[in-house]
Amino acid sequence: MKIKEIAKIVKYAFPKTTPVLIGFFFVGVTWSILMYVKGYSLPWTTLMSTIAYCGSMQYASIILFTSTFNPLYALILSILINIRHIFYGISMLNKYNNMGKSKLFLIFSMCDETFSLLCDADVDESIDKKKYYLAVSILNYLYWIIATTVGSLIAPFISFNLQGIEFVLTALIVVIFFENWLQNRRHYSAIVGIVSSVIAILIFGKDIFIIPAMIIILILITAPYIYKIKKEGKHKNAIK
Amino acid sequence: MLLNNTQIFITIIAVAAGSFITRSLSFIIFLSHEKTPKYIRYLAIMLPSASIGLLVVYCLKDAFILQSKLPIAEAISILIIIVLHLWKRNALISIFASTAVYMILKQFTTA
Repeated sequence: MKIKEIAKIVKYAFPKTTPVLIGFFFVGVTWSILMYVKGYSLPWTTLMSTIAYCGSMQYASIILFTSTFNPLYALILSILINIRHIFYGISMLNKYNNMGKSKLFLIFSMCDETFSLLCDADVDESIDKKKYYLAVSILNYLYWIIATTVGSLIAPFISFNLQGIEFVLTALIVVIFFENWLQNRRHYSAIVGIVSSVIAILIFGKDIFIIPAMIIILILITAPYIYKIKKEGKHKNAIK
Repeated sequence: MLLNNTQIFITIIAVAAGSFITRSLSFIIFLSHEKTPKYIRYLAIMLPSASIGLLVVYCLKDAFILQSKLPIAEAISILIIIVLHLWKRNALISIFASTAVYMILKQFTTA
């Protein structure tokens, strides 16, 4: 790929990732400061961001670093906290197909924000979609690594009042949800996502609601599918 | 620091493995496109919107669910997103304006 082409794709992808840049910067720096307070700094913070690359789990893993060594618990906790990624994988099966060598990296780097941006991907016709997916994934990945590294470097000196800046990531997700809503004529799936999650939180509490929410989502999305299949089956029988 | 270097390293690897398993599982199960069952293709169409809905609730859970304090800052900021987005339909404007308002409200109300 020519440098000019890369520049064009990055120039197109960068503005779309700026909310992630800002969000990751503050969430990443904050994480590194928390890690610093617990006695962990470079190279561990950078290493973890580079090979694990999972914001919410990196916050949760602070507990792991302040209790006795238990890698199996770490593995299970990581799977449970990241379990929503399974849905992202199913959603991206088609988009990430035929991605060749970059497929592995795209899967590895499929965090909430990258998934949401690529789900929303209303890509300009002059832009190669595959390269756009890769550019967004790489940019977001770099933001996180750089942010957490900078966080560790400045942690000893810092005291800031940017309370509330983390809302930028929430705003990004809400905007993508709303934009998605405006673009689609059918809203069943979006409503199911919200309603199932709220029901799950009310029943199971906010700490363990994700798996119940995913199960409720699957049931509510599968129900109309089964109904349709049954209806088609009856129709076929009637024709016979 | 409670753990020694080897233990820290293994813990990081375990967390990374857990994360990668969840991200890659669907792709491993449905390796080839041709063999993907019809039901999974249906899910692939339906799940993105539902997943983002789940994420919205996930992001807002601390503010909206089972709290004694009313989530005024969150409610106002989201209202701003909706109004701005209907008006300008520009994602970046909606995101940054609502975040600025949120920060002002948060710092103002807790100060």
